[in-house]
Formats: sequence, structure tokens, C-alpha cells
Amino acid sequence: MPVTVIKVENLGKQYRLGQIGTGTLSHDLNRTWHKIRGKEDPYLKIGVVNDRTQKGGSNIVWALQDINFQVNQGEVLGIIGKNGAGKSTLLKVLSQITSPTVGSVKVKGRIAALLEVGTGFHPELTGRENIFLNGAILGMTKSEIRSKFDEIVEFSGVDKYIDTPVKRYSSGMMVRLGFAVAAHLEPEILIVDEVLAVGDLEFQKKCLGKMKDVSEQGRTVLFVSHNMNAMQQLCTKGILISNGQLAMEGPIDKVVNHYIGIAKQGSFSSGNHARRGNKSVLFSDFYLTDASGNKADSMIMGSDIYLNAVLERKAEVKSVDVSFTIRNAMGEAITHVQNMDNDFSIPYDFDTITLRIKLSSVLFVPDTYFISVWTGCNSDAYDIIENCVHFEVMNNPDFNRIIYPHNIKVFVNSEWAISGK
Amino acid sequence: MNEEKENWDLVIKPKQSMFSIDLKSLWRYRDLLMLFVRRDFVSVYKQTILGPIWFIIQPILTTLTYYIIFTFFGKMSTDGLPPILFYMSGIVLWNYFAECLMKTSETFTANANIFGKVYFPRLIVPLSIVVSNIIRFGIQLLLLISFWLYAYATGKPVHLNSTLLLLPLLLLLMAGHGFAAGLIISSLTTKYRDLKFLIQFGVQLLMYASSVVIPLSRVPEHYRWVFLMNPMTSIIETFKYSFLGKGVYEPVYLLYNFISLLIILFIGLFIFNKVEKSFMDTV
Repeated sequence: MPVTVIKVENLGKQYRLGQIGTGTLSHDLNRTWHKIRGKEDPYLKIGVVNDRTQKGGSNIVWALQDINFQVNQGEVLGIIGKNGAGKSTLLKVLSQITSPTVGSVKVKGRIAALLEVGTGFHPELTGRENIFLNGAILGMTKSEIRSKFDEIVEFSGVDKYIDTPVKRYSSGMMVRLGFAVAAHLEPEILIVDEVLAVGDLEFQKKCLGKMKDVSEQGRTVLFVSHNMNAMQQLCTKGILISNGQLAMEGPIDKVVNHYIGIAKQGSFSSGNHARRGNKSVLFSDFYLTDASGNKADSMIMGSDIYLNAVLERKAEVKSVDVSFTIRNAMGEAITHVQNMDNDFSIPYDFDTITLRIKLSSVLFVPDTYFISVWTGCNSDAYDIIENCVHFEVMNNPDFNRIIYPHNIKVFVNSEWAISGK
Repeated sequence: MNEEKENWDLVIKPKQSMFSIDLKSLWRYRDLLMLFVRRDFVSVYKQTILGPIWFIIQPILTTLTYYIIFTFFGKMSTDGLPPILFYMSGIVLWNYFAECLMKTSETFTANANIFGKVYFPRLIVPLSIVVSNIIRFGIQLLLLISFWLYAYATGKPVHLNSTLLLLPLLLLLMAGHGFAAGLIISSLTTKYRDLKFLIQFGVQLLMYASSVVIPLSRVPEHYRWVFLMNPMTSIIETFKYSFLGKGVYEPVYLLYNFISLLIILFIGLFIFNKVEKSFMDTV
């Protein structure tokens, strides 16, 4: 039977919106007055769900509400959610930085949180002194740090500068030193916020490897990231948080797919999509194929992919143009493709026509991408379907890269040479 | 089910018992305390030419200023003691108390970025301040002793006596008051920043209402209670009595001092405990 190491029960966290400081004294006095009379805190009752798109009438918001989940020993739990959904608040509560408003978290074993690397580094102190300081802040004892000191220095790769004040370090060196210390923590439970997206390639490989080691040693890891690929590689289980509430819990693949919004097998089917346009021409099918013509919902970075669009003409039109927008999982537009790019004109007297568009060497970084399709003529839209098909871009093993900084969207092949010395 | 519940190492709940100091975890983080002390000590004077000598220069310059203003121009009494020693002993003691108070009162605001990222017992920070100031106090005490030796050698009227053995107690009382008052202020400043501006002025005022500048014996009888309310007064007076030979030494005053320490410390820890759980939301 698996051992539960974290048990979160009815967890809720309330925040006050607006400027803190105005009216707080009167709120405080009111609260105390209610307490003295043995009544309930008047500010606990009001409060709206954390949904920023709606302007609530109350200035108190539940950043987290009714969160219940358990984590077993050795599990790697991925916490997924949009920005502002409450992930960071959850991490802060779990790592004891702030206390919940209601509910409880029960923990078995030593817990260490990595919400930032290099916390508490003092610029005037040397690398050596900072290793000790940072290690102690993270909960290590002096002798623990001393016994791992050489390993930490080696892992960080800054041994030359170890007796130099860290204010002379480059930001990359600081981060590496910080991560090196953190990587040598040995807690039973490790909470990691998106700290992977730092450092150079070689160091990223090391970090990812270290994360894997930790989970393979049977320790429990809670991991937050926007990189769905890293999530699926590292995690076993996932929870999805949306508007401060637990929207889903389950195997990581299921949760990631749910988050992405469309079930994996869901290729184009005309019925399911909200469409806009005057319906003179309609997309009746849309799918992706690989070079050999097989349907595909994923591709290796750098390979070619073919978009196949089937159009049906329902009314007389003077011309037909088609374009596609590709967005990543965060909803950021990555590229836009249209037939005018190649002066390719689509005949307009068809009943049904199938277009095949080759995108060569697609170098999007590994992630999930959504394609929105458009057909029309100038500003006249015949048919628009947002995010009608999605596909995965997988990492290319030939590229010698495992992960990409999280704000990177496109990879560019580079050739390196020395042109003078 | 019940037996499983008792096995949790940590339970995070909205309100833990109002008055609880987790001595066990404080002890576990003792290395961090010492590293903070080291950091404070080492970092302050990095990239200065004189380095730790500043620890000595500060009280010397202040003493000279007081000498010039109060003795040379003001012709104020120093209880018949050599003015330099009189002022310097008051200043060294006061400095320790004031530093403890001021630095502790910045605990939350100055460390918000660390506190926002990592959990460790927050009390470690104010405790480290008290300890690192002891080092500074020790150095300044050595300075004071060398001045005393010079005065003694030149036949000035200075006498040690057995109450000097109370020095550790005096140190405890000073550290305790500074620490506890600092805790209260630091907890309140997380919400009400106004206090930050008051504290600077308040500490200054408090100094003039202690016997750093005016010996208690020269304070008119019916105003003495104002001075005696200030816990530093009896500490400084006792120290001057034991170290220089003149001052008001009354065990009752020290007893009052001790009781006031207990009360302030209790309030301080109570508020600090309450605030440390949620200050990240308001700071």
C-alpha cells in the first residue's frame, strides 16, 4: 500500500484586493470586535472565486478554494494551470511561506521548496561563503554542506571563482551556484517551481538529470511548469488548478491533455467547432500528414509537416484565399501561413477541393500547437475555425538539446565556425 | 486512521496555537543563525579601508561630540566621573540596545524577499541580530576597558566593584529589551509602515530619557520616574556604578527591569508568532 506523504484537505486561501493599508485598521478593529463577542469573522463570508475576467463586487478573493488531494511517496506531481490560477499560492502554502485561511496540509517527512535559486545570496560574500549561507537557509546543517561542498562546487562549474564575491559573478554563474546547492538538498519532499528554464544548455541537461535522479530515488517531487513536455517527461501524476479550484486530478497525460483542451485523438470534425463567417466556403476537413502521407498528430522538430485542408463551396464567390495561424499552448501566435505568400491562387469554381500545404523544417520548440484556419476574400470571411487541430512537436534527438528556456519559441539551426584568430 | 494521523511530521493549518516557539526547529537551524551572524559581521565592512576599526571609531567620535557639547560648552555634570569615560560607557551600552532594537524592527521588511521564497523559523533572524551585536559590543567594551586603564593609571577617580559580576545580567536585559521591542515593532510595521518613521525618532528620544547624558542623580526627584520607566536607565546606572564607581544601584530597579522584560518579551513573541504566518500577504 502506498504511503501518503502529503494530504491537502479543504485548503483555502483568501486575499484582499486593492490597496492594502487603506481601511485595514478599521477592518482589523471590526474583526477584533466580532471575535470578542464570539462571532464569526465578518470578512470570511464574503469573497468570490478567483476569476479575474469577472469583476466581483467584493474586494476579497479566494486565491485557493476547496483544494483536496493526496500525494504518495515517490510520486512526481505536476501542478498545471494558467498564470494566476493559484499555482504559486498553493506552492507558498505548501512550503509554509504563507498560511492558509482554511483547511490543512499534512506532511510526512522533511520538505524543501525551491521557489527560486540562490535565495539569500549576499553579493559581498564569496561563492564559498554563499554556498554555506544558502545551504543553511534551505535547511542543511553546516556539516552536511561541508561534506557535499566539493560536489556542489563541481556541479556548479564555478570552482575557479569560488573565493570571489558573487557580485562579480555573471547572472548565469549565480544561478548555477544556486541550483547546485539546491540540487544537493536531500529532503523527502521537494517542491520545485519553474527553475529549470535557466542556465545554458549543458547546465540544463544536468538539472533535468538531477530532477530525474531525485524522483528515481523514491523521493516525492511537486513540480510546477508551463512546459507540458517536461511535465509529461518527469511527472507521474498531475493536478489542474483553474480559478483557484482543483479542476482535475489524475495521470499526468490525461491532465495535460485536458488542460490543452482537446482529447488526443480529436482531429478535425466539423460539428464540434464554433465557426464564424458567411459560409460561402467551408472547411469540411482538416488534418496533418507526414512526408509519406500518413495522418499525424505529432512531429519531430525540424522535420516537414503537411497541412491538408478540404474546402467545400456553398455559394458563388469571386476568389478564395486560405490562411493558417499556429499558436502554442500558451496561446501565443507563432506563425501565420497564407496562400498569397507564394502567389498561389486557389481556383474559385470548385465544389470540393483539397489543398496540401508543406511546411518545411518546422523548428518550433517542443510543445503543443494549435492551428486556426481561415478562408475568405479580403476582409470577407467565409469560414473561421479557431484552434481546430492541435499537434505536438517532439524534441529532435539529433539537436543535442533537451530543454529550451521557457520563453523561447523557435529554434534556429546554426552553423559555427571560427573566422579569425 | 487515527494512528496514521499522529504520524504527520508537519501540519500546516490556518492558525497554530497563538503562543508557540518551536525550540526544536530553532535548534535545528542553529547553523543558519551563526551563518547570519557571520554574514552580518563580514559584509558590513567589506570594501571599506578601515574595516572593523569602524566599530571603535563610532563610539570614540560620539563620545568626543558629547564631551564637546555637554561638558565643554554645556558644563553639565557627570557625577564627578571623568567625562570621557562617563559618556563612553553610556554610549557603548546604548549602542548595543539601539542596534538590537532597530535591526530587529526591520526583520520582516528587510528580509521580505528571503522570507517569500524559503521557510525557516523566522525568529532566527532577530536572534542572529542580537548575537552579532554582542560581538560588536565586545569590541567596544575592550575599547572602554583600555580607556578605563588609562584613566586608572593617571590617577582618575574610577573604581571597580563586585557588582561588575552583574554584567552578564545587564547584557541579557539589554539584549532582551531590544529584541522584544524590536519584535513588536517589526510585526506591526508589516501592516502599518508609519511606525518606521516613528522608530528613528523614538529611539533618539528614549536615549535622552535614559542616563546616557544626564546622570540619574542629577535628575530632579519628581521627574525621576520618567527616567526609571526607561529600562535602559537602571542598566546604564548599574553599569556606571560597578565599572566607574558612581551611579544609582538599586536591586529593585533591576527587578522591575526583569519583569518588564518578561512582559515585553511575551507580547513580542505573541505578535511575532501571529504575524510570521501571514505577513507575506501584507508586506
